[in-house]
Amino acid sequence: MVANDISFVTTVPCKQLAGVIDAVDASPDIYHIPSNKEDEGMGLCAGAFMGGKRPAIIMQNTAIGVTINTLVTLTQFYRMPLPMLISYRGELGEPVACQVEMAVHTKALLAQLNIPTYHFHREEDVEELDKILKYTFMCNKPVAILTDASFWKGY
Amino acid sequence: MIRSDILKELAPTIAEHLVVCNIGLPSQELHLIDDRATNFYMLGTMGLASSIGLGLALAQDKKVISIDGDGSVLTNFGTLPTIANNVADNFILLIIDNGSYGSTGDQPTYAGRKTSLAAVAEACGCENVVECRAEDTVQAVKDAIASDKMTIIVSKCESGNIKVPVITMDPVTIRDRFMGAVKA
Repeated sequence: MVANDISFVTTVPCKQLAGVIDAVDASPDIYHIPSNKEDEGMGLCAGAFMGGKRPAIIMQNTAIGVTINTLVTLTQFYRMPLPMLISYRGELGEPVACQVEMAVHTKALLAQLNIPTYHFHREEDVEELDKILKYTFMCNKPVAILTDASFWKGY
Repeated sequence: MIRSDILKELAPTIAEHLVVCNIGLPSQELHLIDDRATNFYMLGTMGLASSIGLGLALAQDKKVISIDGDGSVLTNFGTLPTIANNVADNFILLIIDNGSYGSTGDQPTYAGRKTSLAAVAEACGCENVVECRAEDTVQAVKDAIASDKMTIIVSKCESGNIKVPVITMDPVTIRDRFMGAVKA
Protein backbone atom coordinates (compact mmCIF):
# COMPACT_ATOMS: atom_id res chain seq x y z
CA MET A 1 0.00 0.00 0.00
CA VAL A 2 2.80 2.37 0.89
CA ALA A 3 4.49 1.58 -2.43
CA ASN A 4 1.34 2.85 -4.12
CA ASP A 5 1.43 6.07 -2.10
CA ILE A 6 -1.59 5.15 0.03
CA SER A 7 -1.26 7.39 3.06
CA PHE A 8 -4.73 7.53 4.63
CA VAL A 9 -6.30 4.30 5.85
CA THR A 10 -9.48 3.82 7.80
CA THR A 11 -10.19 0.54 9.53
CA VAL A 12 -12.96 -1.24 11.34
CA PRO A 13 -11.71 -3.98 13.65
CA CYS A 14 -11.47 -7.54 12.32
CA LYS A 15 -9.87 -10.57 13.91
CA GLN A 16 -8.69 -11.97 10.57
CA LEU A 17 -7.10 -8.64 9.62
CA ALA A 18 -5.77 -7.75 13.07
CA GLY A 19 -2.15 -8.10 11.95
CA VAL A 20 -2.74 -5.87 8.93
CA ILE A 21 -4.45 -3.23 11.08
CA ASP A 22 -1.49 -3.33 13.50
CA ALA A 23 0.92 -2.85 10.59
CA VAL A 24 -1.13 0.08 9.25
CA ASP A 25 -1.13 1.64 12.70
CA ALA A 26 2.62 1.21 13.04
CA SER A 27 3.46 2.60 9.59
CA PRO A 28 4.96 6.10 9.71
CA ASP A 29 3.79 6.68 6.12
CA ILE A 30 0.11 6.10 6.82
CA TYR A 31 -2.39 8.18 8.78
CA HIS A 32 -4.52 5.49 10.44
CA ILE A 33 -8.00 6.59 11.42
CA PRO A 34 -10.20 3.89 12.93
CA SER A 35 -13.88 4.46 12.16
CA ASN A 36 -16.94 3.34 14.04
CA LYS A 37 -18.85 2.22 10.96
CA GLU A 38 -17.74 1.49 7.43
CA ASP A 39 -19.90 4.15 5.75
CA GLU A 40 -18.35 6.73 8.06
CA GLY A 41 -14.95 5.41 6.98
CA MET A 42 -15.87 5.81 3.32
CA GLY A 43 -16.82 9.44 4.03
CA LEU A 44 -13.41 10.01 5.62
CA CYS A 45 -11.74 8.42 2.59
CA ALA A 46 -13.75 10.63 0.19
CA GLY A 47 -12.58 13.73 2.06
CA ALA A 48 -8.97 12.55 2.17
CA PHE A 49 -9.03 11.84 -1.57
CA MET A 50 -10.31 15.35 -2.32
CA GLY A 51 -7.56 16.65 -0.05
CA GLY A 52 -4.94 15.01 -2.26
CA LYS A 53 -4.27 11.74 -0.39
CA ARG A 54 -4.71 8.21 -1.65
CA PRO A 55 -7.08 6.48 0.77
CA ALA A 56 -8.03 2.88 1.51
CA ILE A 57 -10.52 1.12 3.76
CA ILE A 58 -10.01 -2.12 5.64
CA MET A 59 -13.28 -3.81 6.55
CA GLN A 60 -15.23 -7.06 6.78
CA ASN A 61 -17.58 -8.35 4.10
CA THR A 62 -20.38 -8.22 6.67
CA ALA A 63 -20.35 -4.45 6.16
CA ILE A 64 -21.15 -4.55 2.43
CA GLY A 65 -24.82 -4.22 3.28
CA VAL A 66 -24.50 -1.06 5.36
CA THR A 67 -22.24 0.64 2.84
CA ILE A 68 -24.27 0.17 -0.35
CA ASN A 69 -25.82 3.64 -0.23
CA THR A 70 -22.44 5.29 0.41
CA LEU A 71 -20.67 3.30 -2.31
CA VAL A 72 -23.34 4.24 -4.82
CA THR A 73 -24.19 7.86 -3.92
CA LEU A 74 -20.73 9.03 -2.84
CA THR A 75 -17.84 6.91 -4.07
CA GLN A 76 -19.32 5.93 -7.44
CA PHE A 77 -21.54 8.96 -8.08
CA TYR A 78 -18.64 11.40 -7.59
CA ARG A 79 -16.23 8.96 -9.26
CA MET A 80 -13.69 8.45 -6.49
CA PRO A 81 -11.11 5.68 -6.11
CA LEU A 82 -11.36 3.44 -3.07
CA PRO A 83 -9.44 0.22 -2.54
CA MET A 84 -11.44 -1.93 -0.12
CA LEU A 85 -9.31 -4.57 1.56
CA ILE A 86 -12.02 -6.89 2.80
CA SER A 87 -11.86 -9.77 5.22
CA TYR A 88 -13.97 -12.41 3.49
CA ARG A 89 -15.52 -14.08 6.49
CA GLY A 90 -17.79 -17.09 6.06
CA GLU A 91 -15.56 -18.92 3.57
CA LEU A 92 -13.78 -22.31 3.94
CA GLY A 93 -12.35 -22.66 7.44
CA GLU A 94 -14.97 -20.37 8.99
CA PRO A 95 -15.92 -21.47 12.52
CA VAL A 96 -18.92 -19.12 12.94
CA ALA A 97 -22.05 -20.18 11.05
CA CYS A 98 -23.60 -16.72 11.02
CA GLN A 99 -20.69 -15.36 8.97
CA VAL A 100 -21.68 -17.68 6.12
CA GLU A 101 -25.04 -15.95 5.83
CA MET A 102 -23.35 -12.77 4.59
CA ALA A 103 -20.60 -14.60 2.69
CA VAL A 104 -23.15 -16.14 0.30
CA HIS A 105 -24.35 -12.64 -0.66
CA THR A 106 -20.98 -10.90 -0.80
CA LYS A 107 -19.96 -11.48 -4.41
CA ALA A 108 -23.53 -11.09 -5.69
CA LEU A 109 -23.84 -7.69 -4.00
CA LEU A 110 -20.48 -6.51 -5.31
CA ALA A 111 -21.41 -7.72 -8.80
CA GLN A 112 -24.78 -5.94 -8.60
CA LEU A 113 -22.90 -2.74 -7.70
CA ASN A 114 -20.51 -3.20 -10.66
CA ILE A 115 -17.56 -3.12 -8.27
CA PRO A 116 -14.45 -4.83 -9.70
CA THR A 117 -13.80 -7.69 -7.31
CA TYR A 118 -10.68 -9.79 -6.68
CA HIS A 119 -10.63 -12.83 -4.42
CA PHE A 120 -7.38 -13.73 -2.65
CA HIS A 121 -7.56 -17.43 -1.79
CA ARG A 122 -3.98 -18.66 -2.15
CA GLU A 123 -0.95 -16.98 -0.68
CA GLU A 124 0.52 -16.11 -4.11
CA ASP A 125 -2.67 -14.19 -5.03
CA VAL A 126 -1.17 -11.26 -3.12
CA GLU A 127 1.17 -10.74 -6.07
CA GLU A 128 -1.73 -9.03 -7.84
CA LEU A 129 -2.22 -6.44 -5.11
CA ASP A 130 0.12 -3.88 -6.65
CA LYS A 131 -1.68 -4.07 -10.00
CA ILE A 132 -5.09 -3.89 -8.34
CA LEU A 133 -4.15 -0.72 -6.45
CA LYS A 134 -2.77 0.90 -9.61
CA TYR A 135 -5.97 -0.11 -11.43
CA THR A 136 -8.14 1.44 -8.68
CA PHE A 137 -6.46 4.84 -8.88
CA MET A 138 -6.39 4.66 -12.67
CA CYS A 139 -10.16 4.17 -13.03
CA ASN A 140 -11.39 6.11 -9.96
CA LYS A 141 -13.71 3.36 -8.77
CA PRO A 142 -14.21 1.43 -5.56
CA VAL A 143 -12.49 -1.93 -5.97
CA ALA A 144 -12.98 -4.90 -3.64
CA ILE A 145 -10.20 -7.27 -2.59
CA LEU A 146 -11.76 -10.22 -0.78
CA THR A 147 -9.26 -12.06 1.38
CA ASP A 148 -10.42 -15.35 2.86
CA ALA A 149 -9.23 -17.56 5.73
CA SER A 150 -7.27 -19.89 3.41
CA PHE A 151 -5.32 -16.89 2.16
CA TRP A 152 -4.48 -15.64 5.64
CA LYS A 153 -3.51 -19.09 6.90
CA GLY A 154 -0.21 -18.62 5.10
CA TYR A 155 0.60 -15.59 7.23
CA MET B 1 -34.24 32.52 12.12
CA ILE B 2 -34.34 29.43 9.95
CA ARG B 3 -31.38 27.64 8.34
CA SER B 4 -31.49 29.61 5.08
CA ASP B 5 -31.30 32.90 7.06
CA ILE B 6 -28.16 31.61 8.80
CA LEU B 7 -26.61 30.54 5.48
CA LYS B 8 -27.34 33.96 3.94
CA GLU B 9 -25.66 35.74 6.85
CA LEU B 10 -22.79 33.26 6.95
CA ALA B 11 -21.93 33.18 3.22
CA PRO B 12 -19.37 36.03 3.21
CA THR B 13 -17.59 34.56 6.27
CA ILE B 14 -17.11 31.09 4.79
CA ALA B 15 -16.58 32.21 1.18
CA GLU B 16 -12.80 31.89 1.22
CA HIS B 17 -12.75 28.53 3.01
CA LEU B 18 -13.47 24.97 1.91
CA VAL B 19 -17.06 24.07 2.69
CA VAL B 20 -18.58 20.59 2.75
CA CYS B 21 -22.32 21.02 2.75
CA ASN B 22 -24.94 18.56 3.89
CA ILE B 23 -27.33 16.70 1.57
CA GLY B 24 -30.67 18.11 0.50
CA LEU B 25 -31.93 21.59 1.25
CA PRO B 26 -28.74 22.90 2.96
CA SER B 27 -26.69 22.26 -0.18
CA GLN B 28 -29.47 23.57 -2.42
CA GLU B 29 -29.74 26.73 -0.32
CA LEU B 30 -25.99 27.37 -0.25
CA HIS B 31 -25.83 26.71 -3.99
CA LEU B 32 -28.55 29.33 -4.55
CA ILE B 33 -27.11 31.88 -2.09
CA ASP B 34 -23.43 31.72 -3.01
CA ASP B 35 -22.27 29.02 -5.43
CA ARG B 36 -18.49 28.68 -5.32
CA ALA B 37 -15.82 26.24 -6.40
CA THR B 38 -14.87 25.98 -2.73
CA ASN B 39 -18.26 24.42 -1.95
CA PHE B 40 -18.66 20.65 -2.03
CA TYR B 41 -22.35 19.85 -2.34
CA MET B 42 -23.55 16.48 -1.14
CA LEU B 43 -26.22 15.17 -3.47
CA GLY B 44 -26.73 11.97 -1.49
CA THR B 45 -25.33 9.98 1.43
CA MET B 46 -27.06 11.48 4.46
CA GLY B 47 -24.85 11.82 7.50
CA LEU B 48 -21.37 11.97 6.01
CA ALA B 49 -20.73 15.74 5.74
CA SER B 50 -18.74 15.68 8.98
CA SER B 51 -16.74 12.60 7.94
CA ILE B 52 -15.90 14.01 4.50
CA GLY B 53 -14.92 17.32 6.12
CA LEU B 54 -12.70 15.65 8.71
CA GLY B 55 -10.97 13.49 6.08
CA LEU B 56 -10.38 16.58 3.96
CA ALA B 57 -9.04 18.59 6.91
CA LEU B 58 -6.65 15.81 7.91
CA ALA B 59 -5.37 15.47 4.34
CA GLN B 60 -4.40 19.11 3.71
CA ASP B 61 -3.86 22.40 5.53
CA LYS B 62 -6.67 24.71 4.35
CA LYS B 63 -9.56 25.40 6.69
CA VAL B 64 -12.58 23.17 6.21
CA ILE B 65 -16.08 23.97 7.41
CA SER B 66 -18.62 21.15 7.33
CA ILE B 67 -22.18 22.43 7.42
CA ASP B 68 -24.20 19.65 8.94
CA GLY B 69 -27.65 19.22 10.44
CA ASP B 70 -28.93 17.70 13.66
CA GLY B 71 -30.71 14.92 11.78
CA SER B 72 -27.60 14.04 9.80
CA VAL B 73 -25.39 13.97 12.88
CA LEU B 74 -27.91 11.66 14.54
CA THR B 75 -27.68 9.41 11.46
CA ASN B 76 -23.88 9.18 11.76
CA PHE B 77 -23.43 9.49 15.52
CA GLY B 78 -20.14 7.57 15.40
CA THR B 79 -18.59 10.59 13.74
CA LEU B 80 -18.29 12.56 16.99
CA PRO B 81 -15.84 10.21 18.76
CA THR B 82 -13.83 9.93 15.53
CA ILE B 83 -13.62 13.73 15.31
CA ALA B 84 -12.72 14.04 19.01
CA ASN B 85 -9.88 11.54 18.72
CA ASN B 86 -8.44 12.80 15.42
CA VAL B 87 -7.94 16.49 16.06
CA ALA B 88 -7.59 18.65 12.96
CA ASP B 89 -7.25 22.29 13.99
CA ASN B 90 -8.25 23.38 10.48
CA PHE B 91 -11.68 21.75 10.90
CA ILE B 92 -14.93 23.35 11.99
CA LEU B 93 -18.13 21.35 12.25
CA LEU B 94 -21.15 23.63 12.15
CA ILE B 95 -24.29 21.74 13.12
CA ILE B 96 -27.34 23.77 12.21
CA ASP B 97 -29.76 22.31 14.73
CA ASN B 98 -33.34 23.10 13.82
CA GLY B 99 -34.68 20.12 15.71
CA SER B 100 -36.13 18.60 12.59
CA TYR B 101 -35.46 16.61 9.44
CA GLY B 102 -35.93 19.64 7.20
CA SER B 103 -35.42 18.10 3.80
CA THR B 104 -38.03 15.41 4.34
CA GLY B 105 -40.86 17.53 5.71
CA ASP B 106 -39.75 18.82 9.11
CA GLN B 107 -40.33 15.66 11.12
CA PRO B 108 -38.98 16.29 14.63
CA THR B 109 -35.55 14.89 15.60
CA TYR B 110 -34.50 13.77 19.07
CA ALA B 111 -32.08 16.73 19.11
CA GLY B 112 -35.13 18.97 19.22
CA ARG B 113 -36.42 17.06 22.23
CA LYS B 114 -34.25 15.70 25.05
CA THR B 115 -30.91 15.10 23.30
CA SER B 116 -28.26 17.83 23.40
CA LEU B 117 -25.78 17.44 20.55
CA ALA B 118 -23.39 19.85 22.27
CA ALA B 119 -23.42 17.69 25.40
CA VAL B 120 -22.93 14.55 23.29
CA ALA B 121 -19.98 16.13 21.45
CA GLU B 122 -18.38 17.05 24.77
CA ALA B 123 -19.00 13.57 26.17
CA CYS B 124 -17.31 12.15 23.05
CA GLY B 125 -14.21 14.14 23.90
CA CYS B 126 -14.52 17.14 21.59
CA GLU B 127 -12.62 19.97 23.26
CA ASN B 128 -14.08 23.14 21.76
CA VAL B 129 -17.85 22.85 21.65
CA VAL B 130 -19.97 25.98 21.30
CA GLU B 131 -23.74 26.08 21.41
CA CYS B 132 -25.20 29.33 20.18
CA ARG B 133 -28.39 31.03 19.07
CA ALA B 134 -29.01 31.26 15.34
CA GLU B 135 -28.39 35.03 15.55
CA ASP B 136 -24.88 34.46 16.96
CA THR B 137 -23.78 31.84 14.42
CA VAL B 138 -21.69 34.12 12.22
CA GLN B 139 -19.75 35.39 15.22
CA ALA B 140 -19.25 31.84 16.51
CA VAL B 141 -17.85 30.75 13.13
CA LYS B 142 -15.61 33.84 12.96
CA ASP B 143 -14.30 33.07 16.45
CA ALA B 144 -13.68 29.43 15.52
CA ILE B 145 -11.79 30.42 12.35
CA ALA B 146 -9.67 32.89 14.34
CA SER B 147 -8.94 30.38 17.11
CA ASP B 148 -7.16 27.86 14.85
CA LYS B 149 -8.64 25.13 17.02
CA MET B 150 -10.94 22.36 15.88
CA THR B 151 -14.39 23.54 16.92
CA ILE B 152 -17.87 22.05 16.98
CA ILE B 153 -20.63 24.68 16.79
CA VAL B 154 -24.24 23.77 17.47
CA SER B 155 -26.45 26.57 16.20
CA LYS B 156 -29.99 26.34 17.53
CA CYS B 157 -32.48 27.69 15.03
CA GLU B 158 -36.12 27.40 14.05
CA SER B 159 -37.23 24.76 11.59
CA GLY B 160 -38.50 25.82 8.21
CA ASN B 161 -37.51 25.83 4.58
CA ILE B 162 -37.50 28.14 1.60
CA LYS B 163 -38.30 26.99 -1.91
CA VAL B 164 -35.06 26.19 -3.74
CA PRO B 165 -34.31 24.40 -6.98
CA VAL B 166 -32.43 21.09 -6.91
CA ILE B 167 -28.76 21.11 -7.90
CA THR B 168 -28.44 19.88 -11.47
CA MET B 169 -24.64 20.17 -11.64
CA ASP B 170 -23.01 16.83 -12.39
CA PRO B 171 -21.40 15.27 -9.29
CA VAL B 172 -18.08 14.75 -11.06
CA THR B 173 -18.10 18.44 -12.04
CA ILE B 174 -18.78 19.43 -8.41
CA ARG B 175 -15.95 17.19 -7.23
CA ASP B 176 -13.48 18.23 -9.92
CA ARG B 177 -14.18 21.94 -9.42
CA PHE B 178 -13.83 21.50 -5.66
CA MET B 179 -10.54 19.60 -5.96
CA GLY B 180 -9.25 22.42 -8.14
CA ALA B 181 -10.11 24.87 -5.37
CA VAL B 182 -8.44 22.63 -2.76
CA LYS B 183 -5.21 22.64 -4.79
CA ALA B 184 -5.33 26.35 -5.70
